[in-house]
Amino acid sequence: MATTEPTGVIDTETSTKRGDAVFAGLARSAGILIMVALAGVGIFLLVEGAPAISASGEQAYGKDNIVLFVWPLLYGTLLAALIAMIIATPLAVGVALVISHYAPRRVARSLGYLIDLLAAVPSVVYGLWGRAVLAPAILPVYQWLSETLGWLPFFEGPATTGRTILTASIVLAVMALPIITAICREVFAQTPRMHEEAALALGATRWEMIRMTVFPYARSGVISAVMLGLGRALGETMAVAMVLSVSGLVTINLVSGQNPSTIAANIALNFGNASGTKINVLIFSGLVLFVVSFAVNFLGRWIASRGQVKA
Amino acid sequence: MAKSIDVSDLNIYYGDFLAVEGVNMTIKARSVTAFIGPSGCGKSTFLRSLNRMHEVIPGARVEGKVVVDGQSLYDPTIDPVAVRRQIGMVFQRPNPFPTMSIYDNVLAGNRLNSKRMRKSEADAIVEKSLQGANLWNEVKDRLDKPGMGLSGGQQQRLCIARAIAVEPQVLLMDEPCSALDPISTSAIEDLIHELKSSYTIVIVTHNMQQAARVSDDTGFFNLRAAGKPGQLVEFNPTKKMFTNPDNESTEAYISGRFG
Amino acid sequence: MTDLQTPEAPQLPAATLSLTRPQLPRWAPLLAGVVSLGVGGLVALIAGWGLVPVAIVAWVVFFVGLPAWSAAVEGRRASIDRLVTTVAWTTFGLAMIPLVSLVYEVIGNGHSAISWAFFNNSMRGVLGEGGGIYHAILGTVIITACATVISVPIGVLAAIYLVEYGKKNRLARTITFLVDVMTGIPSIVAGLFAFALFTLIFGPGVRFGIGGAIALSVLMIPIVVRATEEMLKLVPDELREASYALGVPKWRTIVKVVLPTALGGIITGVTLAIARVAGETAPLLIIVGTTTSVNLNPFDGRMATLPVFIFSSVTTGGRYEAFNTERAWGAALVLVAIVMLLNLLARFIGAIFAPKTGR
Repeated sequence: MATTEPTGVIDTETSTKRGDAVFAGLARSAGILIMVALAGVGIFLLVEGAPAISASGEQAYGKDNIVLFVWPLLYGTLLAALIAMIIATPLAVGVALVISHYAPRRVARSLGYLIDLLAAVPSVVYGLWGRAVLAPAILPVYQWLSETLGWLPFFEGPATTGRTILTASIVLAVMALPIITAICREVFAQTPRMHEEAALALGATRWEMIRMTVFPYARSGVISAVMLGLGRALGETMAVAMVLSVSGLVTINLVSGQNPSTIAANIALNFGNASGTKINVLIFSGLVLFVVSFAVNFLGRWIASRGQVKA
Repeated sequence: MAKSIDVSDLNIYYGDFLAVEGVNMTIKARSVTAFIGPSGCGKSTFLRSLNRMHEVIPGARVEGKVVVDGQSLYDPTIDPVAVRRQIGMVFQRPNPFPTMSIYDNVLAGNRLNSKRMRKSEADAIVEKSLQGANLWNEVKDRLDKPGMGLSGGQQQRLCIARAIAVEPQVLLMDEPCSALDPISTSAIEDLIHELKSSYTIVIVTHNMQQAARVSDDTGFFNLRAAGKPGQLVEFNPTKKMFTNPDNESTEAYISGRFG
Repeated sequence: MTDLQTPEAPQLPAATLSLTRPQLPRWAPLLAGVVSLGVGGLVALIAGWGLVPVAIVAWVVFFVGLPAWSAAVEGRRASIDRLVTTVAWTTFGLAMIPLVSLVYEVIGNGHSAISWAFFNNSMRGVLGEGGGIYHAILGTVIITACATVISVPIGVLAAIYLVEYGKKNRLARTITFLVDVMTGIPSIVAGLFAFALFTLIFGPGVRFGIGGAIALSVLMIPIVVRATEEMLKLVPDELREASYALGVPKWRTIVKVVLPTALGGIITGVTLAIARVAGETAPLLIIVGTTTSVNLNPFDGRMATLPVFIFSSVTTGGRYEAFNTERAWGAALVLVAIVMLLNLLARFIGAIFAPKTGR
C-alpha cells in the first residue's frame, strides 16, 4: 500500500472495476426489469380488473355477475383453440416430417422458408382473408355438412353463414401451424443419427425408421409444441374478431350463425365503446385470458425442458 | 448360408467429392475380413457401401459393382431395404433403441418383417440371438428392462444380437470396439471368432492387434495424399500382411504402429 | 454357442439371396400423378365440375391408387411407406393453400387501391371514395420505432446478463424461463396492461401512441432477448479469453469483442422482431385507438396505424362499405409488403453476417 506505485495504475484499476460494476449492474437491471414487467402485467390487470368482481346487469353487459359474463367467452376461447389444435397438429407434424425427413435437403430449406412466411403474415390480414375469402368459400361445405351430418350436434346448422366458429378455428390453425411446425421440425431433426441408421441397417423402410426412432424420441417435444401453439391460438384476437359472427351462445354447433365469442375478440370488439365499469369488466376477462394462456405456456415450456433433460 | 462378396472398380462419392477410388476385392464367405488404415482413408465409407447404407447420407453415391451371390447390389432392380436386411451392420457406438426393452431391441428387425409373431417363436429368437451374442446369461433375468441400462460392452453385444436376430448373410462391423474398455473388447473379439462359423464378417478397426487377432484377411486402405481419394493399397491374408506385406507403405504403417 | 443354422427358419429356395424385390419403377409416382389428373380431368369433362372438386378427385385417385399398386407389386411394407409419404406431402400441400390463397387475394384485391394518392392522403374528411393511408403508415412507423428504441437496449442488455454474467445462476434461469413464457403473452393482454398502467397514472380514457409502443415492447423484448442470447452463445469462449489475457476488462470485452462478433445475428433478430410487432393490431386498438388525420406526436392523442386501419375499415360497414373494403385490401397489401420486406431484409443480413461469425 505504501509503495511508490504510479497512481495511474491504481486509477485505471478502480475505473475498470467501476466500469465493470456499472455495466454488470445495467445488464442485471435489464433482466430484473423483464421480471418486473411480467409481474406488472399481472398486477395492473388485477388492480384494474378488480372492480369488475361486483359488476352486474348493464355494467356486465347484461349478465347477472362477472362469472356469467366470462364463462361463455372462456368457453368460446377454449373451443376455438381446441378445434384449431385438432386441425393444426397432424398437419404440423406432417409438414415438419416433410422438411426434416422427406424433402431433399436443398428443397427442404426453401420449404421451411415458405412455412416461416405463414408466420410472418400479420394477424389482421388473416382476419381479412378469413372474413372475405375463406368464409364465403367454405359456406357450401358447411351446408353439405349440416345436410348430411346434421344429426351430429357439431354440424346441426343451419348453415347460413361462413363466419362460424369452425372458420375461425381454421384461421387459428393456419396461424398456429408455423409455430408447431418450427418446434417439431427442430426436434425431429435432433433424432440421433445413429438410431436412425440402426433402424435402416435392420432393413426398415423410411416410415418404419421414423416410427421406430423419430417419434419415440420426439414425443415430449411435439407435446410442448402443441401446447405453445395452443397458447397462441388462445390469445389470438384479430382473426377471431373479424371472422366470427357472434351471438354469445354456449353451443357445440360449429357451423351455425350462432357462435360463442372469445375473450380476446370480445375485448377488441367492445373496448372502443366501453366506459366506466365496463372497461374493468373487459380487463377482468383479459386477466382470465392471461392466466389461462400463461398456464398453457408454462406447461408447454415445462414439458419441453423436462424432455431436454431426458434426451 | 453365408455369402461371399465381390467388389470390382468401386468408386464412392459424397456429392462431387470422390472419397474412395477403384476398389477391387473378394471377401470370402465364413471368414473374417478386416480393414485397417489411417483415419479418413475411407474404410468405414467402403464398409457402408457394402449394404447400401452409404446412400442414406444426402448426396452420397457409388459407381462400380458389389456382387453378392451373383446379384449386383447397385442394380436398379435391387431393393436397398432387402439388402440391409440380408447384410447386417454393427456400428461404432452401441446404438440400442432407447425407448425399447432388451427383448424388443433384439426383435426390432424381425418385427418389421412379420407383423404377427407367436410369443413362443419370439422368445426363441430372442434367446437364440442373445446366446449367439454371448449376452444371454447376463440379461436373461431382465429382458424387459431398457436396453440403455446395460454397460457399453453389453449394449454393443445387444446390437450384435439385434443384427443376427434377422439371420443375415453377412455382418458388417464398423469399429465395434472403439468405444469399449479392454474386457468388453475381448468379449466381442471372442464373439467374432464364434460367429465366423456361420457368417461372413467384415470389420473395420483402428486397432492393428485386433485385426491380427480376429481376421483371416486384411485390407489396408490409405490416402495417396491429403485431399486425394482413399484407395485399397493391399489386400492379403492377415498372416502375410503382418509378416511380409507386399507393399512398402503397408509395412511402414504396420511397423510404425507396432514399433 | 448355439447353432445358428438350425433349420427352423425355412430358407428361401435353394438358400439364394432374395435381394430383388418386385419394385415399382422410379417414375411410378409420376405416372400415378398423371393418371390421377387425367381421371380428375375426365370427371370435369363429364360432370362439368370446377377446379376444386377435380383436384380432390385427382388426389383421392392418387392416394388410393399408388399404395394399392405398390401393395400389389411390392408388398405391404413398401405400400405403407408410400402411403405415409403421400400423406406427409399432402399435409404440406394443405398448409400451402392458405398462403397461396392469401397472397393471391391480397395482391388481387389490393393492387387496385394502390396509387400515388393512396400513399399521400390521410382519411381526414373522407367518407366514400378517395383518401389514403398516409396517416396510418406514419403512425405505424412512429410507434414501431418507439417500441424498438425501448426494446432493443433492454433486450440486448438482459441477454448479455443471461449469457455473460448470469451463467445459469438462479436469477438467470428464472429470467430465461419468464422470457420464454412472455413470448406467449396474448397481444391483447399486452395492450390491456399498457392501458391499465396509464389509466392508473393519467386517469381514465387515455389514448396515445407511446402507450402502444410500451405494449408492443412487452411483445418485442422477449424476441430480442432470445435472438441475442442465441447469438452471444455462438461467440466462442476463446475470443473472450484472448481479450481477458490482454488485460481488457470484462465490460469492454463484451462491448468491443463479443457484441461486434454477434452483431449480424442480433440485427437479424431485431429486424424479425420489428416485422412481428409492425403487424400487431390488438394492443394498438386498445391503447392507441385510431383517427382519420395525421398525428405525429406519440405523446398526445390517438394515432392511426396500418393494422388498426384495416380492422376498422372492415368492421365499420355502412353505406361506404365498398370503399372501406377496397382501402382495407390496399392497406393489407402495403402491410404484407412491409412485413415481407423486413423478413427478407433479416434473412439478407443474416446471410451476409453468417460466414463471418463462422459458427
